[in-house]
Amino acid sequence: MTGPVLVAEHIGKRFGGFTALDDVSVSFEAGQLTAIIGPNGAGKSTFFSLLSGAVAPTSGRIRFEGADVAGQPHHRFTRMGIARSYQITSLFPQLTAHENVRLACQAIHASARGGLWRDRAHYPGLAEEADSTLALVGLLARRGRPAASLAHGEQRALEIAVALASRPKLLLLDEPTAGMSPEETKEMMDLIARLASERTVLLVEHKMKMVMGLADRIVVLHQGKLLAAGTPDAIRTDADVRRVYLGEGRSGRG
Amino acid sequence: MTRDIAAARIMPSGADWSATAQRWRVPLLTVALAALPWIVPSQALAVNILIFGLYATGFNLLFGFAGMLSFGHAAFFGAGAYGAGIALARYGVGWFGAIAIGVAVAGVLALLIGALSIRSRGIYFSMVTLALAQLVYYVAFQATDWTGGENGLRGLTVSVIHIGPLALNFLDPVTKYYVILVFVVAALYAISRLLNAPFGAAMEAVRENESRAAAIGYDVKRIKLIAFTLSGLVCGLAGTLDALHLSIVPIDTLFYQTSGLAVMMVLLGGSGTFLGPFVGAAIFLLIEDVFSIWTPHWQLFVGIVFILAVLFLPRGVWGTLAAWHKRRSA
Ligand SMILES: Nc1ncnc2c1ncn2[C@@H]1O[C@H](COP(=O)(O)OP(=O)(O)OP(=O)(O)O)[C@@H](O)[C@H]1O
Ligand SMILES: [Mg+2]
Repeated sequence: MTGPVLVAEHIGKRFGGFTALDDVSVSFEAGQLTAIIGPNGAGKSTFFSLLSGAVAPTSGRIRFEGADVAGQPHHRFTRMGIARSYQITSLFPQLTAHENVRLACQAIHASARGGLWRDRAHYPGLAEEADSTLALVGLLARRGRPAASLAHGEQRALEIAVALASRPKLLLLDEPTAGMSPEETKEMMDLIARLASERTVLLVEHKMKMVMGLADRIVVLHQGKLLAAGTPDAIRTDADVRRVYLGEGRSGRG
Repeated sequence: MTRDIAAARIMPSGADWSATAQRWRVPLLTVALAALPWIVPSQALAVNILIFGLYATGFNLLFGFAGMLSFGHAAFFGAGAYGAGIALARYGVGWFGAIAIGVAVAGVLALLIGALSIRSRGIYFSMVTLALAQLVYYVAFQATDWTGGENGLRGLTVSVIHIGPLALNFLDPVTKYYVILVFVVAALYAISRLLNAPFGAAMEAVRENESRAAAIGYDVKRIKLIAFTLSGLVCGLAGTLDALHLSIVPIDTLFYQTSGLAVMMVLLGGSGTFLGPFVGAAIFLLIEDVFSIWTPHWQLFVGIVFILAVLFLPRGVWGTLAAWHKRRSA
């Protein structure tokens, strides 16, 4: 163990009078795959928004590799090495699959990012990097197609590819299999297992069985609060978790 | 895997054709514009297409590529025109210096208005740009000593242009056209480079999905401000050229109708395309030219054409042609 990559200290988020996330403290060890589970509206996506820098917490701190990063602009989080895929697909619809990914590659290279004069094709490696990322998620044959014209499952795969292209040290995946067919889900889970062998991954996933087999550690959120955190076995037998989550018969969902 | 990638990258011939067209778009447009005075009914119309085509192109940079609909671009066109005009008429600056000053004034103004307006989004952004541009109009209207107020700025006739040992007669319409063309082509070349460069891609990312653009590491505010300023610079250049061409700067240059002109021309031709703004400007000005001889209500005809275009060619005339070709060759 090289110590925690990311530490959330008492973070919370209020939307007006509504508390979506309340005093959550968790730390994530390098190299681990952690699954975040919890019923609908538990605050999982909000938690991801805070950890990825999209939204600043209304309380608490976020430490990434030791530095307090809460409150920094979103693009800084990404450049530091935190990237996220979205529960609701969020792509550049009119641009090709290749360009979607290439844009993410370009953004993390300071020398390429804001170039005003040299042709984008002349920045070495970016196009190749984008293509190999597309190949990784099985979309290379679709590289020239506008993102909007891809099938749902393909868009979900592209969603992951765009996040991966930021070469994150910490990858946050928010329900990557949402709306996927069983075969696509299987492929996606295999891909996630492969991705997790090379970097730290946080995964929000409703399909409990899969998470249990895949994750090193499970974090359970409930009504904006941290309910439990531990190994899959510990979570399976946790009384609180059984009561509010498994007891509700939610394990069969999806 | 490398071989897969290589295989997938071999493009169909249609894509080849559009890649070639893209590479040659500035030379092609240059040839077309060089031939323009001999094609359209009058020299005056040709110069207007040149100047307003550039103005619309500058506006399109912001609207078509970064997705920001400004209703205040008259401010930058006008700032260029007044900047150059005041330098010429009040301070006796040479023609080239006057152009540089006009462009610089427009750039500074764009930086200011941009910094204030990019805090808002969507329709609020549009309204802030409109309000700030009207403020500029009002100031110019009041500052009679500098701008000539509602009578416009006069006394800036440039009759001879010296380039090294060369003395060109700027009163000759043909000479004037080609001098202006040189500036327009230089600007088009720079814009084409910009659009092909990483920054052009980043602008499109902001247009397509602002929050994802930030999520993958782009500083969206910064991109917007740079896009806004560059757009203002181009429109400012168009304004300086208009001042040199007309030898006066009418106060209407700054009026919101001038802002609307850019919106109409770009929508007519096709936003987010390189050639669309010129096509739109040409159609608009051609209708004006032809119908204003017949009837004082020529704007009615422009209005009808505009409505028809928006209804039936939502991508604009050029945008539709380009999309149609892309589909056929895909
Ligand atoms: N921008 C917002 N403004 C107001 N309320 C919000 C906002 N975003 C989320 N919420 C609320 O916060 C709560 C947590 O939402 P969140 O999306 O984080 O849940 P989740 O655990 O991801 O749920 P799901 O499983 O449905 O994806 C919900 O009640 C939601 O309505
Ligand atoms: Mg969610």
